[in-house]
Amino acid sequence: MTVRRGLRTTLFAAAMALTALPAAAATKISFYYPVAVGGPITKLIDDYVAGFEKENPDVDIEPVYSGSYQDTITKVLTAMKGGNAPQVAVILSTDMFTLIDEDAIVPFDGMAKTPEDKAFLSAFYPAFMENSQTGGKTWGIPFQRSTIVMYWNKDAFKEASLDPEKPPRSWDEMAQMAAKLTKRDAGGNVTQWGVQIPSSGFPYWLFQALTTENGAKLMNEAGTETYYDKPEVVEALQYWIDLASKQKVHPPGIVEWGTTPKDFFERKVAMMWTTTGNLTNVRKNAAFPFGVAMLPEKKRGGSPTGGGNFYVFKSASPEQQDAAFRFVKWMTTPERAAQWGIDTGYVAVRPDAWETSAMKAYVADFPAAAVARDQLPQATAELSTHENQRVTKALNDGLQAALTGGKPAKQAMEDAQKEADRILKAYR
Amino acid sequence: MPDRRLGSQLAPHVHGWLLLLPAVALLAAFTYFPAVAALWSSLHSTPKGARPARFVGLDQYAAMVDDPVFWQSLWNNVLFALGTVPLSVAIALLMALWVNGRIRGRTALRMAYFTPTMLPMIAVANIWLFFYTPGYGLIDQVLGLFGLPDTNWLGSPATALPALMVVTVWKEAGFFMIFYLAALQAMPPSLREAAMLEGAGRWCIFRRVTLPLLMPTTLFVLVNAVINAFRTVDLVVVMTRGGPDNATALLLYHIYEVGFRYWDTGYAAALTTVLVVILVVLAIGQFVYLDRKVHYR
Repeated sequence: MTVRRGLRTTLFAAAMALTALPAAAATKISFYYPVAVGGPITKLIDDYVAGFEKENPDVDIEPVYSGSYQDTITKVLTAMKGGNAPQVAVILSTDMFTLIDEDAIVPFDGMAKTPEDKAFLSAFYPAFMENSQTGGKTWGIPFQRSTIVMYWNKDAFKEASLDPEKPPRSWDEMAQMAAKLTKRDAGGNVTQWGVQIPSSGFPYWLFQALTTENGAKLMNEAGTETYYDKPEVVEALQYWIDLASKQKVHPPGIVEWGTTPKDFFERKVAMMWTTTGNLTNVRKNAAFPFGVAMLPEKKRGGSPTGGGNFYVFKSASPEQQDAAFRFVKWMTTPERAAQWGIDTGYVAVRPDAWETSAMKAYVADFPAAAVARDQLPQATAELSTHENQRVTKALNDGLQAALTGGKPAKQAMEDAQKEADRILKAYR
Repeated sequence: MPDRRLGSQLAPHVHGWLLLLPAVALLAAFTYFPAVAALWSSLHSTPKGARPARFVGLDQYAAMVDDPVFWQSLWNNVLFALGTVPLSVAIALLMALWVNGRIRGRTALRMAYFTPTMLPMIAVANIWLFFYTPGYGLIDQVLGLFGLPDTNWLGSPATALPALMVVTVWKEAGFFMIFYLAALQAMPPSLREAAMLEGAGRWCIFRRVTLPLLMPTTLFVLVNAVINAFRTVDLVVVMTRGGPDNATALLLYHIYEVGFRYWDTGYAAALTTVLVVILVVLAIGQFVYLDRKVHYR
């Protein structure tokens, strides 16, 4: 089946190549991007591209909406194997090692020739660069980046006689408050949960917040080792399991990522953990006053960063690489980074974006927008290794097994580590 | 003249082969060549960046033995086949008998039973995704009226695979019903009348006359149902992505993940070869073994 699809892709790519016109005066590049949060993202991107083309008439960019992050890397790599890779794309920062191993991308260092360009490479928050650099080279430029934050319903806090302006600061506090916030009807069925941490799709990301707070690291910087079975990691998982099974303040089993904001709007849950990328969505749809807080602490605070970076592809010609680099620079100027953050809720990726007048006015009006930024000094790099998809899936499977009661926490993490060791052996 | 005689002998052969050519060319390009190519790449390592593929013999197959997800998806697939095939075939037969009778509105009923088959699988999966959504979905809304708590049908390993089976049975039964209906319509009424003259009851007629005459259809339906069970992937992609903890990972979905998420094409080719072998064995087994028994003599 695989080969058949591969062949089909190749034929398709060949057909595309035949119909493509000979290179005109303008440099043509195609740009793949995913959409991972609510809102009219495709329209925003089209507007940005039109703006860039107006200022750079010698470049013709074709923006291609390519589904989720997962779909995007699948499409990009399939297109690449068919000889038709895009020239620039937004892909998860964690797929850096995969893209390097596939020999798909070029580092930005070679494209940055002038002193201004070199300064550009160091204009971003260091927390975002951790997933963008390896081996002394910069492979990705931060674009739609986020961290995990906690949203809380102030009305629900009042009803439970809690101070609506004080979110929990520690793990213990969160468990205690969640107990007060959990409401049951006469039949004992829960009508409002205290807290929920989603666990469908990519539970490892939310789990990494818990492990970071418990002082554990999940991988080394070279992306060749994972530490899934360390005691701090198991302890973090046990805390998550206990919220549901022991304290009964968190919904049992797998909590859906996609419906978590809706659960919050419908008052089915009083506190939720989710991405800052949902900020604009929550602001529009929550019919009650809400707060945004940094995640509670155990040994320390913190959250992994997340989201997508710009990558430039190796198969592009030097002119195309130059055009792509100009586009990337244009998309991440302080003003545009600020505007993108305001439009979506993603964290503006560079400190000077927060000094722009647009951003200052936005934060003055809506202080919650700055919470993710203030959490950045404590943020860590998102789990990323060689064979990233596989190594991450090993952890996801272990987490889901433990959360649904299939395996005890310790065994689940030991099995996940064993699987990761098996996969990463070839890279050590 | 010997030459001309040879020519006139060859002509029908050339003619025949020319007629076959379009079909043969398509089958060779899109079925036989990919199958052989999959077998060939399954004996090689996966090319990565600058590292080309090299011959590794049966290493990919040895890795399969150590791959827990492979074994789980194989087992899931067996459960999936056992859960969906007999049930959808039985329901198809019941529906066919029902709409074959002289009842009012039978055309509408036939249409209704056939509707799920006409809907695209992706649409079906999305509809059912809504039914199953905890809290907001149709099932929980209805159960909620009776004061029952929310159930996370797709989020718990115990119910996720059965939930997918329900969708499959719902979708497949109508399709198989059409074959049964056609067979029932083709059945000469004289056989039934003869049995009635002999004083046989309805159940007796069904068991001794109708069912045996339907056996060739049952074989055909069975082969198709089993193959479909091992080919299911769209449902999994839309509804669960194989989760939670691989509880709904079917073989073809595992192949997709290995091939297009991990880009381990060599290993994916080995898995594909195994799937093809399973399907071939099942099809041959059913045809050779059951074929001897299905014909009414």
